Amino acid sequence: MYKSSILKSKIFRGLQIFCVFLTLTAFLTPAFAQEKPTQELENGTEKKFEPSEVILEHIADSHYFHIGGEIAFPLPVILYTDKGLEIFSSEHFDHGHANYAGKYHTYSLVNDKVTITDGSGSLTDLSITRNIVSMWMSIILLLIIFLSVASAYKKREGQAPKGLQSFMEPIILFVRDDIARPNIGYKYQRFMPVLLTMFFFIWINNLIGLVPFFPGGSNLTGNIAVTLVLSVITLFMVNLNGNKHYWAHVFIPADVPKWIWPLWWVIELVGIISKPFALMIRLFANITAGHIIVLSLISLIFVFKSIAIAPVSVAFVVFMDVLELLVAALQAFIFTLLTALFIGTAIEEAHH
Amino acid sequence: MNSLVTPDWGLVLWTTVSFFVLFLLLAKFAWKPIMSAITERERSIEDSLLKAEAAKEEMARLTNENEALLKQARAERDVILHEAKKVKDQIVSDAKETAHKEAARMIELARVEINNQKAIAMADVKNQVATLSLEIAEKVLKQQLADQKKQDELVSQLLKEVKL
Repeated sequence: MYKSSILKSKIFRGLQIFCVFLTLTAFLTPAFAQEKPTQELENGTEKKFEPSEVILEHIADSHYFHIGGEIAFPLPVILYTDKGLEIFSSEHFDHGHANYAGKYHTYSLVNDKVTITDGSGSLTDLSITRNIVSMWMSIILLLIIFLSVASAYKKREGQAPKGLQSFMEPIILFVRDDIARPNIGYKYQRFMPVLLTMFFFIWINNLIGLVPFFPGGSNLTGNIAVTLVLSVITLFMVNLNGNKHYWAHVFIPADVPKWIWPLWWVIELVGIISKPFALMIRLFANITAGHIIVLSLISLIFVFKSIAIAPVSVAFVVFMDVLELLVAALQAFIFTLLTALFIGTAIEEAHH
Repeated sequence: MNSLVTPDWGLVLWTTVSFFVLFLLLAKFAWKPIMSAITERERSIEDSLLKAEAAKEEMARLTNENEALLKQARAERDVILHEAKKVKDQIVSDAKETAHKEAARMIELARVEINNQKAIAMADVKNQVATLSLEIAEKVLKQQLADQKKQDELVSQLLKEVKL
Protein backbone atom coordinates (compact mmCIF):
# COMPACT_ATOMS: atom_id res chain seq x y z
CA MET A 1 0.00 0.00 0.00
CA TYR A 2 2.68 2.40 1.14
CA LYS A 3 5.05 1.46 -1.66
CA SER A 4 2.42 1.74 -4.33
CA SER A 5 1.48 5.23 -3.16
CA ILE A 6 5.12 6.29 -3.55
CA LEU A 7 5.12 4.80 -7.03
CA LYS A 8 1.95 6.67 -7.84
CA SER A 9 3.38 9.93 -6.56
CA LYS A 10 6.54 9.43 -8.62
CA ILE A 11 4.53 8.78 -11.73
CA PHE A 12 2.39 11.76 -10.83
CA ARG A 13 5.44 13.99 -10.45
CA GLY A 14 6.83 12.75 -13.75
CA LEU A 15 3.52 13.57 -15.38
CA GLN A 16 3.60 17.02 -13.83
CA ILE A 17 7.03 17.72 -15.26
CA PHE A 18 5.93 16.39 -18.63
CA CYS A 19 2.87 18.65 -18.56
CA VAL A 20 5.00 21.67 -17.71
CA PHE A 21 7.23 20.95 -20.68
CA LEU A 22 4.23 20.44 -22.91
CA THR A 23 2.91 23.84 -21.90
CA LEU A 24 6.30 25.42 -22.43
CA THR A 25 6.61 24.00 -25.89
CA ALA A 26 2.99 24.78 -26.65
CA PHE A 27 3.71 28.42 -25.93
CA LEU A 28 6.38 28.42 -28.57
CA THR A 29 3.98 27.43 -31.31
CA PRO A 30 1.82 30.59 -31.42
CA ALA A 31 4.99 32.61 -31.85
CA PHE A 32 5.71 30.55 -34.93
CA ALA A 33 2.14 30.62 -36.09
CA GLN A 34 2.27 34.37 -36.43
CA GLU A 35 5.37 34.26 -38.62
CA LYS A 36 3.60 32.83 -41.61
CA PRO A 37 0.67 35.17 -42.02
CA THR A 38 2.94 38.23 -41.81
CA GLN A 39 5.19 36.79 -44.47
CA GLU A 40 2.19 36.08 -46.65
CA LEU A 41 0.94 39.61 -46.16
CA GLU A 42 4.28 41.10 -47.04
CA ASN A 43 4.68 39.33 -50.35
CA GLY A 44 1.07 38.96 -51.28
CA THR A 45 1.72 35.37 -52.32
CA GLU A 46 2.25 32.38 -50.06
CA LYS A 47 5.90 32.17 -49.13
CA LYS A 48 7.55 28.89 -48.34
CA PHE A 49 8.29 28.38 -44.65
CA GLU A 50 12.03 28.85 -44.13
CA PRO A 51 13.03 27.19 -40.86
CA SER A 52 16.60 28.54 -40.91
CA GLU A 53 15.40 32.15 -41.09
CA VAL A 54 12.99 31.68 -38.21
CA ILE A 55 15.51 29.83 -36.11
CA LEU A 56 18.25 32.40 -36.63
CA GLU A 57 15.80 35.16 -35.83
CA HIS A 58 14.94 33.49 -32.52
CA ILE A 59 18.55 32.84 -31.62
CA ALA A 60 19.78 36.32 -32.48
CA ASP A 61 19.34 39.38 -30.31
CA SER A 62 16.34 41.65 -30.84
CA HIS A 63 15.18 45.19 -30.22
CA TYR A 64 11.83 43.78 -29.04
CA PHE A 65 11.02 41.46 -26.16
CA HIS A 66 8.48 38.92 -27.35
CA ILE A 67 6.04 37.80 -24.69
CA GLY A 68 4.18 35.42 -26.96
CA GLY A 69 1.87 35.74 -29.92
CA GLU A 70 1.69 39.30 -31.22
CA ILE A 71 2.60 40.88 -27.90
CA ALA A 72 6.12 42.31 -27.72
CA PHE A 73 7.71 45.02 -25.59
CA PRO A 74 9.52 47.74 -27.52
CA LEU A 75 12.97 48.33 -26.00
CA PRO A 76 15.07 51.51 -25.87
CA VAL A 77 17.39 52.09 -28.81
CA ILE A 78 20.63 53.85 -27.94
CA LEU A 79 22.83 54.79 -30.88
CA TYR A 80 26.28 56.30 -30.66
CA THR A 81 26.58 57.94 -34.09
CA ASP A 82 29.35 60.00 -35.62
CA LYS A 83 27.34 63.13 -34.74
CA GLY A 84 26.16 62.26 -31.23
CA LEU A 85 24.00 60.08 -29.04
CA GLU A 86 20.46 59.11 -30.11
CA ILE A 87 17.97 57.55 -27.69
CA PHE A 88 14.45 56.50 -28.76
CA SER A 89 12.05 53.60 -28.39
CA SER A 90 12.17 50.71 -30.83
CA GLU A 91 8.38 50.94 -31.25
CA HIS A 92 9.03 53.68 -33.85
CA PHE A 93 10.40 51.00 -36.16
CA ASP A 94 7.12 49.04 -36.05
CA HIS A 95 9.01 45.73 -36.32
CA GLY A 96 11.07 46.99 -39.28
CA HIS A 97 8.14 48.32 -41.27
CA ALA A 98 8.88 51.99 -40.60
CA ASN A 99 11.90 54.25 -40.57
CA TYR A 100 12.62 56.62 -37.73
CA ALA A 101 13.91 60.15 -38.31
CA GLY A 102 16.24 60.99 -35.46
CA LYS A 103 18.13 64.20 -34.67
CA TYR A 104 21.06 63.36 -36.91
CA HIS A 105 20.02 60.61 -39.32
CA THR A 106 17.06 58.56 -40.40
CA TYR A 107 17.29 54.98 -39.16
CA SER A 108 15.71 51.77 -40.29
CA LEU A 109 15.59 48.31 -38.77
CA VAL A 110 16.83 45.61 -41.15
CA ASN A 111 16.89 42.03 -39.86
CA ASP A 112 16.60 43.48 -36.34
CA LYS A 113 19.76 45.54 -36.87
CA VAL A 114 19.64 49.33 -36.80
CA THR A 115 21.13 50.96 -39.89
CA ILE A 116 21.24 54.49 -41.23
CA THR A 117 18.74 54.57 -44.07
CA ASP A 118 20.74 56.63 -46.57
CA GLY A 119 24.02 54.87 -45.73
CA SER A 120 25.85 58.07 -44.72
CA GLY A 121 27.70 58.33 -41.36
CA SER A 122 28.42 55.52 -38.93
CA LEU A 123 26.86 54.24 -35.73
CA THR A 124 27.53 51.93 -32.83
CA ASP A 125 24.41 50.27 -31.53
CA LEU A 126 24.37 50.42 -27.70
CA SER A 127 20.65 49.62 -27.46
CA ILE A 128 19.10 47.88 -24.50
CA THR A 129 18.24 44.72 -26.42
CA ARG A 130 16.29 41.63 -25.39
CA ASN A 131 19.47 39.92 -24.24
CA ILE A 132 20.43 42.86 -22.04
CA VAL A 133 16.98 43.03 -20.43
CA SER A 134 17.15 39.28 -19.88
CA MET A 135 20.64 39.63 -18.40
CA TRP A 136 19.50 42.36 -16.05
CA MET A 137 16.58 40.22 -14.91
CA SER A 138 18.98 37.36 -14.25
CA ILE A 139 21.24 39.74 -12.32
CA ILE A 140 18.33 40.93 -10.19
CA LEU A 141 17.36 37.30 -9.61
CA LEU A 142 20.93 36.40 -8.62
CA LEU A 143 21.12 39.37 -6.27
CA ILE A 144 17.79 38.48 -4.65
CA ILE A 145 18.82 34.85 -4.22
CA PHE A 146 22.32 35.38 -2.88
CA LEU A 147 21.68 38.46 -0.76
CA SER A 148 18.89 36.55 0.98
CA VAL A 149 21.18 33.54 1.35
CA ALA A 150 23.88 35.82 2.78
CA SER A 151 21.44 37.33 5.24
CA ALA A 152 20.38 33.81 6.23
CA TYR A 153 24.03 33.08 7.04
CA LYS A 154 24.19 36.21 9.21
CA LYS A 155 20.91 35.44 10.96
CA ARG A 156 21.61 31.76 11.56
CA GLU A 157 25.27 32.08 12.43
CA GLY A 158 26.86 28.75 13.30
CA GLN A 159 23.58 26.90 12.74
CA ALA A 160 22.67 24.34 10.09
CA PRO A 161 21.52 25.87 6.76
CA LYS A 162 17.80 26.11 6.10
CA GLY A 163 15.55 26.61 3.06
CA LEU A 164 17.12 28.36 0.07
CA GLN A 165 20.37 28.56 2.00
CA SER A 166 20.53 24.77 2.30
CA PHE A 167 19.82 24.44 -1.44
CA MET A 168 22.60 26.86 -2.40
CA GLU A 169 25.23 25.78 0.11
CA PRO A 170 26.06 22.41 -1.53
CA ILE A 171 26.41 24.18 -4.90
CA ILE A 172 28.69 26.83 -3.40
CA LEU A 173 30.67 24.08 -1.68
CA PHE A 174 30.80 22.18 -4.98
CA VAL A 175 32.35 25.23 -6.67
CA ARG A 176 34.82 25.53 -3.83
CA ASP A 177 35.71 21.86 -3.27
CA ASP A 178 35.44 20.46 -6.79
CA ILE A 179 36.30 23.45 -8.98
CA ALA A 180 38.47 25.95 -7.13
CA ARG A 181 40.44 23.98 -4.55
CA PRO A 182 41.71 21.03 -6.64
CA ASN A 183 42.69 23.23 -9.61
CA ILE A 184 44.00 26.39 -7.98
CA GLY A 185 45.46 25.00 -4.79
CA TYR A 186 45.77 26.69 -1.44
CA LYS A 187 45.39 30.21 -2.91
CA TYR A 188 41.87 29.39 -4.08
CA GLN A 189 40.12 31.78 -1.69
CA ARG A 190 41.12 34.86 -3.65
CA PHE A 191 39.38 33.54 -6.78
CA MET A 192 36.21 32.24 -5.14
CA PRO A 193 34.09 35.40 -5.69
CA VAL A 194 34.77 35.58 -9.42
CA LEU A 195 34.38 31.81 -9.93
CA LEU A 196 31.11 31.75 -8.00
CA THR A 197 29.77 34.78 -9.88
CA MET A 198 30.77 33.22 -13.21
CA PHE A 199 29.25 29.83 -12.36
CA PHE A 200 25.91 31.13 -11.17
CA PHE A 201 25.72 33.80 -13.90
CA ILE A 202 26.22 31.24 -16.67
CA TRP A 203 23.99 28.65 -15.05
CA ILE A 204 21.01 30.92 -14.38
CA ASN A 205 21.22 32.45 -17.85
CA ASN A 206 21.41 28.99 -19.43
CA LEU A 207 18.27 28.07 -17.50
CA ILE A 208 16.45 31.31 -18.38
CA GLY A 209 17.32 30.61 -22.04
CA LEU A 210 15.41 27.31 -21.80
CA VAL A 211 12.15 29.04 -20.90
CA PRO A 212 10.44 29.82 -24.21
CA PHE A 213 8.19 32.70 -23.06
CA PHE A 214 8.47 36.02 -21.27
CA PRO A 215 11.06 35.91 -18.47
CA GLY A 216 13.07 33.72 -20.79
CA GLY A 217 13.00 33.55 -24.57
CA SER A 218 16.42 35.10 -24.89
CA ASN A 219 19.61 33.34 -25.89
CA LEU A 220 22.10 35.19 -23.72
CA THR A 221 24.77 32.55 -23.03
CA GLY A 222 24.39 31.39 -26.65
CA ASN A 223 25.42 34.84 -27.83
CA ILE A 224 29.03 35.22 -28.92
CA ALA A 225 29.29 38.72 -27.41
CA VAL A 226 28.43 37.44 -23.94
CA THR A 227 30.73 34.43 -24.09
CA LEU A 228 33.41 36.77 -25.47
CA VAL A 229 33.15 38.99 -22.39
CA LEU A 230 33.24 36.00 -20.07
CA SER A 231 36.26 34.48 -21.78
CA VAL A 232 38.09 37.83 -21.83
CA ILE A 233 37.52 37.97 -18.06
CA THR A 234 39.14 34.53 -17.87
CA LEU A 235 42.00 35.73 -20.10
CA PHE A 236 42.68 38.70 -17.83
CA MET A 237 42.33 36.70 -14.63
CA VAL A 238 44.78 34.08 -15.83
CA ASN A 239 47.43 36.42 -17.23
CA LEU A 240 47.21 39.20 -14.63
CA ASN A 241 47.70 36.59 -11.90
CA GLY A 242 50.45 34.69 -13.73
CA ASN A 243 53.54 34.38 -11.55
CA LYS A 244 57.24 34.54 -12.35
CA HIS A 245 57.36 30.85 -13.16
CA TYR A 246 54.44 31.14 -15.61
CA TRP A 247 55.98 34.08 -17.52
CA ALA A 248 59.42 32.49 -17.45
CA HIS A 249 57.91 29.44 -19.12
CA VAL A 250 56.43 31.70 -21.81
CA PHE A 251 59.41 33.97 -22.49
CA ILE A 252 62.62 32.24 -21.40
CA PRO A 253 61.90 28.52 -21.57
CA ALA A 254 64.71 26.47 -20.08
CA ASP A 255 65.94 23.44 -22.08
CA VAL A 256 64.90 25.16 -25.36
CA PRO A 257 67.66 26.38 -27.71
CA LYS A 258 67.69 30.16 -28.02
CA TRP A 259 67.16 30.17 -31.80
CA ILE A 260 63.76 28.49 -31.36
CA TRP A 261 62.58 31.13 -28.89
CA PRO A 262 60.78 33.41 -31.42
CA LEU A 263 58.80 30.43 -32.67
CA TRP A 264 58.18 29.41 -29.06
CA TRP A 265 56.79 32.88 -28.27
CA VAL A 266 54.35 32.66 -31.16
CA ILE A 267 53.18 29.23 -30.02
CA GLU A 268 52.79 30.39 -26.42
CA LEU A 269 50.86 33.48 -27.54
CA VAL A 270 48.52 31.27 -29.55
CA GLY A 271 48.15 29.07 -26.45
CA ILE A 272 47.30 32.03 -24.23
CA ILE A 273 44.65 33.26 -26.66
CA SER A 274 43.27 29.89 -27.69
CA LYS A 275 42.42 28.76 -24.16
CA PRO A 276 39.81 31.47 -23.50
CA PHE A 277 38.86 31.38 -27.19
CA ALA A 278 37.92 27.72 -26.78
CA LEU A 279 35.88 28.64 -23.71
CA MET A 280 34.05 31.30 -25.70
CA ILE A 281 33.25 28.96 -28.58
CA ARG A 282 32.33 26.02 -26.33
CA LEU A 283 29.70 27.88 -24.32
CA PHE A 284 28.33 29.73 -27.35
CA ALA A 285 28.13 26.60 -29.50
CA ASN A 286 26.63 24.34 -26.85
CA ILE A 287 23.84 26.70 -25.88
CA THR A 288 23.12 27.84 -29.43
CA ALA A 289 23.10 24.25 -30.67
CA GLY A 290 20.56 23.32 -28.00
CA HIS A 291 18.32 26.18 -29.04
CA ILE A 292 18.70 25.33 -32.72
CA ILE A 293 17.74 21.69 -32.14
CA VAL A 294 14.65 22.59 -30.10
CA LEU A 295 13.58 25.19 -32.66
CA SER A 296 14.24 22.79 -35.57
CA LEU A 297 12.08 20.14 -33.96
CA ILE A 298 9.27 22.65 -33.54
CA SER A 299 9.81 23.83 -37.14
CA LEU A 300 9.18 20.29 -38.37
CA ILE A 301 5.49 20.83 -37.62
CA PHE A 302 5.43 23.83 -39.97
CA VAL A 303 7.66 22.26 -42.60
CA PHE A 304 5.31 19.27 -42.86
CA LYS A 305 2.28 21.54 -42.36
CA SER A 306 0.70 18.78 -40.33
CA ILE A 307 -0.55 18.72 -36.77
CA ALA A 308 0.08 14.97 -36.77
CA ILE A 309 3.80 15.58 -36.53
CA ALA A 310 3.32 17.66 -33.34
CA PRO A 311 3.33 14.78 -30.83
CA VAL A 312 6.60 13.50 -32.28
CA SER A 313 8.14 16.98 -32.24
CA VAL A 314 6.93 17.66 -28.70
CA ALA A 315 8.26 14.34 -27.47
CA PHE A 316 11.69 15.09 -28.94
CA VAL A 317 11.57 18.66 -27.61
CA VAL A 318 10.80 17.37 -24.11
CA PHE A 319 13.76 15.03 -24.40
CA MET A 320 15.99 17.87 -25.64
CA ASP A 321 14.80 20.23 -22.89
CA VAL A 322 15.67 17.67 -20.24
CA LEU A 323 19.06 17.22 -21.89
CA GLU A 324 19.48 21.01 -22.04
CA LEU A 325 18.79 21.21 -18.29
CA LEU A 326 21.82 18.99 -17.84
CA VAL A 327 23.83 20.94 -20.42
CA ALA A 328 22.95 24.23 -18.69
CA ALA A 329 24.59 23.07 -15.47
CA LEU A 330 27.35 21.20 -17.27
CA GLN A 331 28.48 24.18 -19.37
CA ALA A 332 28.48 26.47 -16.33
CA PHE A 333 30.58 23.83 -14.57
CA ILE A 334 33.00 23.36 -17.48
CA PHE A 335 33.49 27.09 -18.03
CA THR A 336 34.23 27.68 -14.35
CA LEU A 337 36.34 24.54 -14.06
CA LEU A 338 38.56 25.43 -17.01
CA THR A 339 38.90 29.01 -15.77
CA ALA A 340 40.03 27.63 -12.40
CA LEU A 341 42.38 25.21 -14.16
CA PHE A 342 44.00 27.99 -16.26
CA ILE A 343 44.39 30.17 -13.17
CA GLY A 344 45.88 27.18 -11.39
CA THR A 345 48.54 26.67 -14.06
CA ALA A 346 49.34 30.40 -14.07
CA ILE A 347 49.90 30.66 -10.32
CA GLU A 348 51.48 27.23 -9.86
CA GLU A 349 54.82 27.29 -8.06
CA ALA A 350 57.89 25.96 -9.88
CA HIS A 351 57.98 22.22 -9.45
CA HIS A 352 60.89 20.83 -11.43
CA MET B 1 25.17 32.61 -40.03
CA ASN B 2 27.78 35.33 -40.14
CA SER B 3 25.75 37.53 -37.80
CA LEU B 4 25.68 34.69 -35.30
CA VAL B 5 29.44 34.71 -34.73
CA THR B 6 29.97 38.47 -35.02
CA PRO B 7 30.01 39.97 -31.56
CA ASP B 8 27.56 42.83 -31.13
CA TRP B 9 29.66 45.57 -29.48
CA GLY B 10 26.70 47.09 -27.68
CA LEU B 11 26.01 43.76 -26.03
CA VAL B 12 29.74 43.37 -25.24
CA LEU B 13 29.75 46.75 -23.51
CA TRP B 14 26.55 46.16 -21.52
CA THR B 15 27.58 42.62 -20.57
CA THR B 16 30.95 43.85 -19.31
CA VAL B 17 29.40 46.63 -17.25
CA SER B 18 26.59 44.43 -15.92
CA PHE B 19 28.87 41.53 -15.09
CA PHE B 20 31.27 43.77 -13.18
CA VAL B 21 28.43 45.39 -11.25
CA LEU B 22 27.03 41.94 -10.45
CA PHE B 23 30.49 40.72 -9.47
CA LEU B 24 31.18 43.68 -7.17
CA LEU B 25 27.76 43.50 -5.50
CA LEU B 26 27.87 39.73 -5.02
CA ALA B 27 31.51 39.74 -3.92
CA LYS B 28 30.88 42.36 -1.26
CA PHE B 29 27.39 41.48 -0.05
CA ALA B 30 27.04 37.77 -0.78
CA TRP B 31 30.24 35.79 -1.33
CA LYS B 32 32.21 37.45 1.45
CA PRO B 33 29.68 36.82 4.25
CA ILE B 34 28.71 33.41 2.82
CA MET B 35 32.26 32.10 2.44
CA SER B 36 33.36 33.43 5.81
CA ALA B 37 30.26 31.95 7.47
CA ILE B 38 30.88 28.58 5.83
CA THR B 39 34.56 28.62 6.76
CA GLU B 40 33.71 29.73 10.28
CA ARG B 41 31.16 26.97 10.67
CA GLU B 42 33.50 24.35 9.26
CA ARG B 43 36.17 25.47 11.68
CA SER B 44 33.77 25.36 14.60
CA ILE B 45 32.61 21.87 13.59
CA GLU B 46 36.21 20.70 13.36
CA ASP B 47 36.97 22.32 16.70
CA SER B 48 33.96 20.68 18.27
CA LEU B 49 34.99 17.28 16.92
CA LEU B 50 38.52 17.74 18.25
CA LYS B 51 37.12 18.89 21.58
CA ALA B 52 34.80 15.90 21.72
CA GLU B 53 37.77 13.62 21.01
CA ALA B 54 39.80 15.36 23.71
CA ALA B 55 36.88 15.10 26.13
CA LYS B 56 36.61 11.41 25.35
CA GLU B 57 40.31 10.93 26.06
CA GLU B 58 40.02 12.98 29.22
CA MET B 59 37.07 10.87 30.24
CA ALA B 60 39.02 7.67 29.63
CA ARG B 61 41.94 9.09 31.57
CA LEU B 62 39.66 10.07 34.44
CA THR B 63 38.06 6.63 34.45
CA ASN B 64 41.48 5.02 34.55
CA GLU B 65 42.53 7.35 37.30
CA ASN B 66 39.37 6.62 39.23
CA GLU B 67 39.92 2.95 38.88
CA ALA B 68 43.50 3.30 40.05
CA LEU B 69 42.34 5.40 42.95
CA LEU B 70 39.69 2.87 43.80
CA LYS B 71 42.25 0.08 43.70
CA GLN B 72 44.60 2.05 45.89
CA ALA B 73 41.79 2.88 48.28
CA ARG B 74 40.85 -0.77 48.46
CA ALA B 75 44.45 -1.75 49.18
CA GLU B 76 44.69 0.94 51.82
CA ARG B 77 41.43 -0.17 53.37
CA ASP B 78 42.76 -3.72 53.50
CA VAL B 79 45.93 -2.55 55.19
CA ILE B 80 43.98 -0.46 57.66
CA LEU B 81 41.61 -3.31 58.41
CA HIS B 82 44.53 -5.63 58.87
CA GLU B 83 46.24 -3.23 61.23
CA ALA B 84 43.04 -2.61 63.11
CA LYS B 85 42.64 -6.33 63.55
CA LYS B 86 46.17 -6.58 64.86
CA VAL B 87 45.58 -3.73 67.27
CA LYS B 88 42.36 -5.31 68.38
CA ASP B 89 44.08 -8.62 68.98
CA GLN B 90 46.80 -6.81 70.91
CA ILE B 91 44.24 -4.98 72.98
CA VAL B 92 42.30 -8.13 73.65
CA SER B 93 45.40 -10.06 74.61
CA ASP B 94 46.64 -7.18 76.76
CA ALA B 95 43.27 -6.98 78.44
CA LYS B 96 43.29 -10.69 79.03
CA GLU B 97 46.75 -10.49 80.59
CA THR B 98 45.80 -7.57 82.78
CA ALA B 99 42.66 -9.39 83.83
CA HIS B 100 44.68 -12.47 84.68
CA LYS B 101 47.10 -10.44 86.71
CA GLU B 102 44.32 -8.62 88.50
CA ALA B 103 42.54 -11.82 89.18
CA ALA B 104 45.71 -13.37 90.56
CA ARG B 105 46.28 -10.31 92.72
CA MET B 106 42.69 -10.42 93.98
CA ILE B 107 42.94 -14.08 94.72
CA GLU B 108 46.16 -13.46 96.60
CA LEU B 109 44.57 -10.69 98.56
CA ALA B 110 41.60 -12.86 99.29
CA ARG B 111 43.82 -15.62 100.44
CA VAL B 112 45.71 -13.29 102.79
CA GLU B 113 42.44 -11.96 104.04
CA ILE B 114 41.13 -15.43 104.53
CA ASN B 115 44.25 -16.39 106.40
CA ASN B 116 43.98 -13.31 108.53
CA GLN B 117 40.37 -13.94 109.23
CA LYS B 118 41.20 -17.53 109.91
CA ALA B 119 43.90 -16.50 112.35
CA ILE B 120 41.56 -14.07 114.00
CA ALA B 121 38.89 -16.73 114.13
CA MET B 122 41.34 -19.25 115.48
CA ALA B 123 42.47 -16.79 118.15
CA ASP B 124 38.92 -16.19 119.02
CA VAL B 125 38.20 -19.88 119.15
CA LYS B 126 41.28 -20.36 121.28
CA ASN B 127 40.11 -17.66 123.64
CA GLN B 128 36.70 -19.20 123.77
CA VAL B 129 38.22 -22.60 124.34
CA ALA B 130 40.48 -21.20 127.03
CA THR B 131 37.60 -19.46 128.70
CA LEU B 132 35.48 -22.53 128.41
CA SER B 133 38.32 -24.70 129.66
CA LEU B 134 38.83 -22.37 132.59
CA GLU B 135 35.15 -22.34 133.34
CA ILE B 136 35.08 -26.14 133.11
CA ALA B 137 38.16 -26.39 135.17
CA GLU B 138 36.68 -23.99 137.73
CA LYS B 139 33.50 -25.99 137.80
CA VAL B 140 35.42 -29.26 138.07
CA LEU B 141 37.62 -27.87 140.76
CA LYS B 142 34.64 -26.46 142.53
CA GLN B 143 33.05 -29.85 142.49
CA GLN B 144 36.23 -31.73 143.50
CA LEU B 145 36.99 -29.32 146.25
CA ALA B 146 33.54 -29.35 147.65
CA ASP B 147 34.53 -31.40 150.67
CA GLN B 148 37.21 -30.47 153.24
CA LYS B 149 39.23 -33.63 153.01
CA LYS B 150 39.94 -33.29 149.38
CA GLN B 151 40.94 -29.62 149.74
CA ASP B 152 43.44 -30.59 152.45
CA GLU B 153 44.82 -33.37 150.36
CA LEU B 154 45.33 -30.97 147.46
CA VAL B 155 46.96 -28.36 149.61
CA SER B 156 49.25 -30.93 151.01
CA GLN B 157 50.13 -32.24 147.59
CA LEU B 158 50.77 -28.70 146.30
CA LEU B 159 52.81 -28.00 149.32
CA LYS B 160 54.83 -31.13 148.63
CA GLU B 161 55.50 -29.97 145.24
CA VAL B 162 56.69 -26.62 146.40
CA LYS B 163 60.34 -26.85 147.06
CA LEU B 164 61.84 -24.24 149.07
